[in-house]
Amino acid sequence: MNSPVSPAGYSILVVEDEAAIRRFVRLALGAEGHTVHEADSVARGLIEAGTRRPDLVVLDLGLPDGDGIEVIRGLRSWSTVPVIVLSARSQEADKIAALDAGADDYLVKPFGAGELMARVRAQLRRHYQQTPGGDPLIVFGDVRVDLARRTAERAGQPLHLTPIEYKLLTHLASQPDRVITHQQLLKTVWGPGHADDTHYVRVHMANLRKKVEDNPSMPRHLRTEAGIGYRFVL
Amino acid sequence: MSDARPDPDRLLEQVQRDEVRARRGRLKIFFGANAGVGKTYAMLSAAQAAQAQGTPLVIGVVETHGRGDTEAMAAGLVRLAPSQVANNGRTLPEFDLEGALQFGAVHSGEPRALVLLDELAHSNAAGSRHPKRWQDAEELLAAGVDVWTTMNVQHLESLNDVVSGITGIRVWETVPDRVFDEADEVVVVDLPPDELLARLKAGKVYVPQQAERAAVNFFRKGNLLALRELALRRTADRVDGEVRAYRRSVSVQPVWANREALLACIGPGSTGEKVVRTCARMAAQLDVPWHAVHVETSAMGDPQALGVLKLAGELGANTATLSAPEPAAALVRYAREHNLVRLVLGRRAHPRRPWRRALADQLVRCADDLDVLQVALPARPGTAASERPRVLQDPDADEARSWRGYAAAAAACAVLVLVATPLAGVLELSNIVMLFLLLVVGVGLRLGRGPAVLAAFLGVVLFDLFFVSPRFSLAVSDVQYLVTFAVMLVVALVVGQLTAGLKVQAAAAMQRERRVRSLYDMSRDLSAALLPEQVGEIAARFLRAEFSARSTLLLADDANHLEALAGGEAPVDLGVAQWSFDRAESAGRGTGTLPASPCLVVPLKAPMRVRGVLVLELPGSAQLGPEPMRLLDTCASLLAISLERIHYIEVARTSTVQIESERLRNSLLSAISHDLRTPLASLVGLSDALGLTEPPLSTAQREVADAIRDSALRMSAQVNNLLDMARLEAGAAPLHRDWQPLEEVVGSALAASSEALAGRSLHVNLPDDLPLLHLDAVLFERVLVNLLENAAKYTPSGSAITLGAEATTREVSLWVDDEGPGLPEGAQERIFEKFERGSRESSLPGVGLGLAICRAIVQAHGGRIQGSNRRAHGSIAGARFTIVLPRGEPPQDDGTGKSTTL
Repeated sequence: MNSPVSPAGYSILVVEDEAAIRRFVRLALGAEGHTVHEADSVARGLIEAGTRRPDLVVLDLGLPDGDGIEVIRGLRSWSTVPVIVLSARSQEADKIAALDAGADDYLVKPFGAGELMARVRAQLRRHYQQTPGGDPLIVFGDVRVDLARRTAERAGQPLHLTPIEYKLLTHLASQPDRVITHQQLLKTVWGPGHADDTHYVRVHMANLRKKVEDNPSMPRHLRTEAGIGYRFVL
Repeated sequence: MSDARPDPDRLLEQVQRDEVRARRGRLKIFFGANAGVGKTYAMLSAAQAAQAQGTPLVIGVVETHGRGDTEAMAAGLVRLAPSQVANNGRTLPEFDLEGALQFGAVHSGEPRALVLLDELAHSNAAGSRHPKRWQDAEELLAAGVDVWTTMNVQHLESLNDVVSGITGIRVWETVPDRVFDEADEVVVVDLPPDELLARLKAGKVYVPQQAERAAVNFFRKGNLLALRELALRRTADRVDGEVRAYRRSVSVQPVWANREALLACIGPGSTGEKVVRTCARMAAQLDVPWHAVHVETSAMGDPQALGVLKLAGELGANTATLSAPEPAAALVRYAREHNLVRLVLGRRAHPRRPWRRALADQLVRCADDLDVLQVALPARPGTAASERPRVLQDPDADEARSWRGYAAAAAACAVLVLVATPLAGVLELSNIVMLFLLLVVGVGLRLGRGPAVLAAFLGVVLFDLFFVSPRFSLAVSDVQYLVTFAVMLVVALVVGQLTAGLKVQAAAAMQRERRVRSLYDMSRDLSAALLPEQVGEIAARFLRAEFSARSTLLLADDANHLEALAGGEAPVDLGVAQWSFDRAESAGRGTGTLPASPCLVVPLKAPMRVRGVLVLELPGSAQLGPEPMRLLDTCASLLAISLERIHYIEVARTSTVQIESERLRNSLLSAISHDLRTPLASLVGLSDALGLTEPPLSTAQREVADAIRDSALRMSAQVNNLLDMARLEAGAAPLHRDWQPLEEVVGSALAASSEALAGRSLHVNLPDDLPLLHLDAVLFERVLVNLLENAAKYTPSGSAITLGAEATTREVSLWVDDEGPGLPEGAQERIFEKFERGSRESSLPGVGLGLAICRAIVQAHGGRIQGSNRRAHGSIAGARFTIVLPRGEPPQDDGTGKSTTL
């Protein structure tokens, strides 16, 4: 994929059937200097994505000719382009399904221009400005995780993490700003066959927060997305 | 090695049986050879010891018969007051079963309650729940109450005839061997005969006044020795059985499943009684199952034989009635079908018909691989059947019918003589003989066996009188005619027998066919029934036709309460019906429970549960024999299956309707929510984007754009509230509950309401030992966000908000404190109502749904929420909202050992 060098000026595809929202998204993203392509259905979305080769997709889940998840599945068969999903509240199941299908983040309607632009910026940064080959060092707050030596320290003191906590932390921290569902974490750390044991993740996450967060009940880095999963924020 | 492995199914069965046993009370029998050996005394002294050890016990019934030492032994033990049973205008004191059950229910813990019941074989007064005391004991045991009791060897059902043979006194009060064999403990109370006789002389043995002469006969040394031997031997058999059962339980050798079972063949009349008792004893000694069958050779049925069959059922046999002309063939077929290798039958010293081949010989001819055991029968048929209940058939009517048959046979003979006399000159005598034979055939066909025999003899006599010279005299001129008479008699008898037999078989076949057809009709009707009322009607029709009985169907609701179906004709005693339903056992007339009741109650057992009961009011005072009883059982199970089918049709229909209406509601809600939210989302976004246009907006324009945005956001929040409330109220918001730490939900709620809480000092005090809670994270976050935003809205800016939690053994409470003006007095409950706000004249926006939603969500989690005011130094320090949730049972496993990639 041809990733542009400058932070601005990306090509973005908006798949949304509501003209007013498309208009607003175009206005907001255009103001940032991005080129915006539009589509109003699953079929158009897939065609546009194939021909325009966008650098990011903003996708509404409820489309007239089908479910937005079909767009994600179609897209993921050939592309790793970041996808931000737009959805209504009280549709957690849809969001989880979209994230599990490969979406990177979601926005709940109604959302403001500021919120949208922050998410788009975060996804573009994560996807296009990562050091190729991966940095063996993850640093956030006063915590340093050395992926090569499998060690962690906090404020210069060695940090004792259990193998599960280490695995959780590195999996989340290697994909900052990306929402990772409980199921994805369960599958990564515990393997298949534990789909109903979401409390595994939650219990170890609580312990991990106590070790790396200043205030575990108001976490800065390991954020909870209620009912969906977690998001690591630098 | 592998064949020594225990069969898991069998182990499971064993475990289940053990569990049932563990729930059941324990039965201990103090067993003696005869009265006066000190059983009651032994029981009471053991009870004293048990009471000293803290066993809660009560004397249900103890007969001390005024003996001082026994009386003294009972001192200090609580006695249950007898209940008064009304019987023929008198009231008789009887054991109070209900009181004993209540005593058992009160002392349901360990150690278990114990009830002492003297004289297990006692017959209760008519009108009691059970006719026999041993049935009272069974009910107590089933209720988990231990029972201690006493009995003598003569009261054992299978030894009953042996004892009466020894002593010459027949005892009518008996206890089935099953009760004795299944008792958990049997204690033999033994006294040598000489000592017993000494005690008798000293007046220490209770003997009823009127029976004194009988007692003199009874208490002879020879009798006492024999009874003592019987009692000891029976106990030894029991111990032997226990040893064998133990061996089997530890044995690694698989026991051959088809053990050599016995088949008792019950002949006509009451002769089978001895066969049955003998077979029961043998089966018990060999520890094998046994069957008892009676072969019906006549359509009339044999009530006495059916009575014996019933006795066999009580003694533990599988019983059956077969219908066949030749008993031997039917017996062999039955034995082959049921894998029975030993047949037990009776043998008479002086057979009634010596010319007939004995049944045993016939059996041996049919099947020489079967063992045939013969039991000697008394030459004279026993007189034991005097107390047999009458079976559903009126013998009076039978008698009248047969009397009429003989008269008709005689009349027919007379008519034939009248008709044939004028023909005497025309026809050869041999043809007149033919006419008589024809008559016998006719009589046999129409009137049965007896009249045919009469017609045969009468025919020979009349032929001699009227047709053979010299006429009008029994004398015979030509000796040749003697041959004619003999041949005529034999042919007439044989032909008559054959035709009568044919008729009987045809009648039996017809009756069987009629039964089968009516069952078939009923099942066909039932398969079309769609309502319980239709089932009731079909049942009533069938029972009226087959039993000429009136019936009522009672159905059980989900709470196991019985309700009579409309259109029932039989009177219903709900108590009996409920008893029968609860235990899934028949009750009422002809059964072991409340036999004095006018109705018979049969439970309707379907595969999933007991669906209800069938109440049957039989005509007259008759009881049902085994064959009609089986028919009734078949009918009951057909009814039960139909009722179950109807029930599940109903269930399926309701759930379809529910799914349909839920689908409708959900699509309606999501359509509304889409149509309301989308324009609002556009409004928010567009007003926001206005600020991004070129050239930049003026300050005034920007303020307008922001105001539009804020209004749209507020409206969106309210739409969300309304839709959420609608969802919650419609039950259309299923909870997605997961076990999670409270801290996580609190964290996401704080993050979600960070805008509203800006500038507040926030304290979060969550103890470390909080358990995991079973929450819907999204909904519960909403509760906390609403509470936090409420706190922010109604308190002065900058004041502190505190969030705390605490766990007790059963609940976890979570509270949100603020430092505002507190809740209006008396409004603590009202604020959780819909569209209620703390103070009406408040200028703050909102329609008052936030707390109502909180309450709906918390209640859906099985918790509660309340508002109160915190007081400090006599004044209100702020409001406190407390959520209390049940702890539940969090999973212990945290997956530490299950990670795959360590």
